[in-house]
Amino acid sequence: MSSKLGKYTYRMDNPPSVLAYAAIGSKKESEGPLASYFDIINEDTTFGEKSWEKAESRLQKDAVNKALSKIQLSTGDIDCVFAGDLLNQCIGATFGLREMGIPFVGIYGACSNMAEGLALSALMVDGGAMKKTIAVTSSHFCTAERQYRFPLEYGGQRPLTAQWTVTGSGAAIVGERVSPPYIKAVTLGCIEDLGIKDANNMGAAMAPAAAATIKRFFEDTCTVPDNYDLILTGDLGQVGSDLLHQLLEREGYHLGKKQADCGLLIYDRETQDVHAGGSGCGCSASVLCSYILPAVKDGRIKNMLFVATGALLSPTSVQQGESIPGIAHLIHLSADDDTKTRPSTAGGM
Amino acid sequence: MELFLEYLKAFVVGGAICAIGQVLIDYTKLTPARILVSFVVAGVILGGLGVYQPLIEFAGAGATVPLTGFGSLLAKGVKTAVQEKGLLGALTGGFTASSAGIGAAVFFGLLVALIFKPGDKA
Amino acid sequence: MTNKDYEQLNKKASPPSKSYINIPYAFLIGGIICTLGEFLSNTYQGMGMEQDTAGAVVSVTLVFLSALLTGLKIYDKIAKHGGAGTLVPITGFANAVVSPALEFKSEGMILGLGAKMFVIAGPVIVYGISASIVYGIIIFLFKLY
Repeated sequence: MSSKLGKYTYRMDNPPSVLAYAAIGSKKESEGPLASYFDIINEDTTFGEKSWEKAESRLQKDAVNKALSKIQLSTGDIDCVFAGDLLNQCIGATFGLREMGIPFVGIYGACSNMAEGLALSALMVDGGAMKKTIAVTSSHFCTAERQYRFPLEYGGQRPLTAQWTVTGSGAAIVGERVSPPYIKAVTLGCIEDLGIKDANNMGAAMAPAAAATIKRFFEDTCTVPDNYDLILTGDLGQVGSDLLHQLLEREGYHLGKKQADCGLLIYDRETQDVHAGGSGCGCSASVLCSYILPAVKDGRIKNMLFVATGALLSPTSVQQGESIPGIAHLIHLSADDDTKTRPSTAGGM
Repeated sequence: MELFLEYLKAFVVGGAICAIGQVLIDYTKLTPARILVSFVVAGVILGGLGVYQPLIEFAGAGATVPLTGFGSLLAKGVKTAVQEKGLLGALTGGFTASSAGIGAAVFFGLLVALIFKPGDKA
Repeated sequence: MTNKDYEQLNKKASPPSKSYINIPYAFLIGGIICTLGEFLSNTYQGMGMEQDTAGAVVSVTLVFLSALLTGLKIYDKIAKHGGAGTLVPITGFANAVVSPALEFKSEGMILGLGAKMFVIAGPVIVYGISASIVYGIIIFLFKLY
């Protein structure tokens, strides 16, 4: 059973393992610095499907199948899949996974989905209710543009604070403790809103949520940024990352070079015209499942925090002039399950 | 030389009207759709006040091609129609004057949508 | 941290638009489109059309070119640099009509293509026509015609 540390953090008593993972990207991702780490790159952004929505469903289906095949599991071995995406009523997930016959729990935390799915997976597995679960999420540039912004052929300029929605997906299978990466703790975030209304500046809208969740984790575990090799935020981009540093500095936490952001890792901002960086559920999911988890597995990263962030807006709320609430969930990943590095109330490591 | 001057005037006036639009995009929170609406309504008002016609005479397409020109065309059409039909003209004039542009946009829009496939950016 | 404090932080962290590039580009590309319009107008008048007719045919021609370039996925690439230079001319209006028609074809011919065609450009018609009607009523009432 997981035990609660402080008010917001759950420590895994028997840290579950991330058994397998797979990441899929498309053309823009293939041109980025992480291209070689992806399991599947399909440069055709339609993925051979008739609509963009079908293409996104395909992303989730392929990611789950790829992850399963890596450890020779079948869908029947999985107790539950936690899946979501950005589309209305989460049709990326439901249509992509409908033929799989896995008990399905739809989740929505916008671009924080991957951390939300991993947190639920870890709690379920550590709690003993489930043996193996999958967390999967996706985003597609074209479905997101259609839903949130303009038709793709519409001539418009994107402000420099805007981010580029990743066409990609990441799936991770979580099971009982066998080998690294281990999930040692999770912190579930609260919804935070500091009044940002500009839908072209989601990094700024999400930074307060990331700062709040990270601060709560440090408080609950009595640790500081220096206790970790990497603090990986979801898709704050350049603007949101700058703001996160400033917000945490005010709380007395200096992130310095420990922090990296999936939205800044996945693309080359100089040459790829993505402005403030990448975004979308598929951003943090694919970066985690391609570039990061292998490094935790073989110990290059010993101890890290994965903090996926989501902007909880809808086209309707933006048109009605509402501000943009943000959310961030945190996953503490580690290369070893040595209790010494396990966050505890007794002063940390 | 005269022809060159005519093109230069069209270029400068048309470019300047567009540059005003860019200033609005960069320095205000107006979305492109709001800017388009503002330009058309401004064109109706300026056309109605008789201010826009001299600009058209000066710059030709430099004043008629931007959406302010579309607005002034609406005003001009309404004025002609009111002269001919009275109050009914207030309703018919705008559509009559703009019918070629809107008709073309609808029909070519339909054709293009039927012929082409939507594509990704990048 | 209050919303106001955060707004200040955000302003400092957010890079402003590169107006020193955007505005000259808007001027240049908008100017070129208008010059093309002037050239077409001269050509049509040279073919014996009256000025008003030529003006309408110029509009139709520009709308056609814009629709074609939208279908070929070229217009949005020009617009990325042109900004208001491609937005403000009538070609921008045409792009705003054609692009949703094309994009939402996947939701069907009627409620997709047909209904969504004016989802961006509709307000221009609504407020343009309404303003002209108000103008018409005013000149009718005050006998200004």
